[in-house]
Amino acid sequence: MMSTSRSGVEVRLEDLRRRYAGVTALDGLSLTMAPGELVALLGPSGCGKTTALRLVAGLEEANGGRVVIGGEDVTNVPANKREIGMVFQAYSLFPHMTAMQNVAFGMQLHEVGTEERRKRAGEMLELVGLSAHANKYAHQLSGGQQQRVALARALAIEPKVLLLDEPLSALDAKVRSRLRDEIRRVQLEVGTTTLFVTHDQEEALAIADRVGVMNAGRLEQLGPPTTIYSRPATPFVAEFVGLTNRLPGVVKGREVEVRGTRLPLVKPDSTDGPAIALVRPEAVSVAADGDVSSGPLIGTVIATVFLGATSRVTVDLGDITVLAQLPTSDAVALTAGTRVRLSLRTDPVLIARDEKAPTEA
Amino acid sequence: MAAVSRARRLKLRVFRIVTLVVFGAFFLIPIYAMFEFSTRGNGVDAPRTLDNWKAIGTYPDMVAGIVNSLELAAITSVATLVVLVPTMVWVRLRLPRLRRVIELISLLPLTIPAIVLVVGFGPMYLWLGTNFSDSILTLSFAYSILVLPYAYRALDAGLAAIDVKTLSEAARSLGAGWPTVMWRVIVPNMSSALLNAALLSVALVLGEYTIANNLLYPNLQVELVSLGRTNAGVSIAVAVASLLFAFVLLIAISFFGRPRRMRSEVA
Repeated sequence: MMSTSRSGVEVRLEDLRRRYAGVTALDGLSLTMAPGELVALLGPSGCGKTTALRLVAGLEEANGGRVVIGGEDVTNVPANKREIGMVFQAYSLFPHMTAMQNVAFGMQLHEVGTEERRKRAGEMLELVGLSAHANKYAHQLSGGQQQRVALARALAIEPKVLLLDEPLSALDAKVRSRLRDEIRRVQLEVGTTTLFVTHDQEEALAIADRVGVMNAGRLEQLGPPTTIYSRPATPFVAEFVGLTNRLPGVVKGREVEVRGTRLPLVKPDSTDGPAIALVRPEAVSVAADGDVSSGPLIGTVIATVFLGATSRVTVDLGDITVLAQLPTSDAVALTAGTRVRLSLRTDPVLIARDEKAPTEA
Repeated sequence: MAAVSRARRLKLRVFRIVTLVVFGAFFLIPIYAMFEFSTRGNGVDAPRTLDNWKAIGTYPDMVAGIVNSLELAAITSVATLVVLVPTMVWVRLRLPRLRRVIELISLLPLTIPAIVLVVGFGPMYLWLGTNFSDSILTLSFAYSILVLPYAYRALDAGLAAIDVKTLSEAARSLGAGWPTVMWRVIVPNMSSALLNAALLSVALVLGEYTIANNLLYPNLQVELVSLGRTNAGVSIAVAVASLLFAFVLLIAISFFGRPRRMRSEVA
């Protein structure tokens, strides 16, 4: 197949800035994507992730910085000359064309011959598993199918970079996860460098080679999904990605003391005093009320949520509630009202100082 | 249940038929009367004759008036669309705050009586006539303004029905320049709105009298009135013909102007 032979190019965003009427949407974003890499930009709405993508696409102009695609500075190149492929959040198929014609449209503009165009459009539709629907119009396709045609259309012109602007958020949950895996499969197959923008952390962690967490126009952390989840660099990342308990404690030297348990700090340079320790639910263990060896803290189960292999237990400690995530087999006995003992695993933790918890978009 | 809904359906049907008959009569009786008048023979007992219709061609002023009005209708509707469509798309994409202003401006001609417009146009056409051209086709400037409210409304509805922003951005990302975006993406998806706007423009121009008459340009309606003074039969025949022409246009447009998706579903 024509596209498999093509390898991706490097995409570099250098100190990109963008303001809207006094509001800074993007405050110096720098990001280098390796050829063929899929980078997901993750963040709450208004964090600048979509602005970043639109600047790469050329659909908006930067107030500062550069966009370099495959070694070529395209900062001042208009969108239609950038050789990008884009899939939008809103359904964007041309309503007056069939799926096939939609996919062929870009190639027609790139002056690919009729025969070649037809052949390649067929291949692209096959790649996204929609050969049987080639002659249907957008309104005859489901939302998921429309987005798959949009993906085929974007890839048909063999773009240097593929831009995905929350392509899944208009779809229902089941279709979403299936199409997510599909996008990844196709992207690996064609090897196009891809920037994927989403507010859904699960999506970002599942699909990306590297995840960039954005907040207020800046990149908070960039790294592989596992690093983002297990070693968040900032309190924002810790709280935005995955669930986090905010437990009041006191910083003393290289540790923070939470309810008698001393937890080492990820960054030991914090000044002493009261702080909020950020503890993952899986670092909290819960056992039915026994002697003190099963845990120093005593509480009452408020609720247990069954998630499949694991369960999430909410425990009331009197003044605060703590979330714990444990294997379902251990959680069966923990019904609401059960007295339990709780302990914190002494993993290094991040601390926050009276910042508000970020809300998920 | 079924009986109730059947009774309701029947009621609705009767209502529809009655409405259709009443309004049909309201429109058709005058036209029939005109037709009857235009086919009267000379004298009380004379048989029906098409002499008046055949005589249309023998009045060169009348023919010129018809040609003038048809040319004006064509120029006006094309010029209006060519100016209005890109403007409206651009405003939607780049200057959404100006939309209200544009809407207000485009509605103004509706609120200003034609005779007042003429007073304003007078000096301009005097200048146009001496410095540019005194051809009747210059009337299309004035007519473009006159049809603005109708064309704007029709086009606005058409644009509202499609996601202009996403479609144009998708096309641009695929390599389309602005002319291609307009011609190959926006226009095909608002074809029925374009046809509506064009039809309204044509109908308005064919029926326009005040401005042409006061600026002393002999269009269809002006010639109709002047011929009516000397030969009412022929004048009425032309009037019926122009009405029939408008009907044919209307039917053609309601037939071809249906959105593609509806047609494809029917097929």
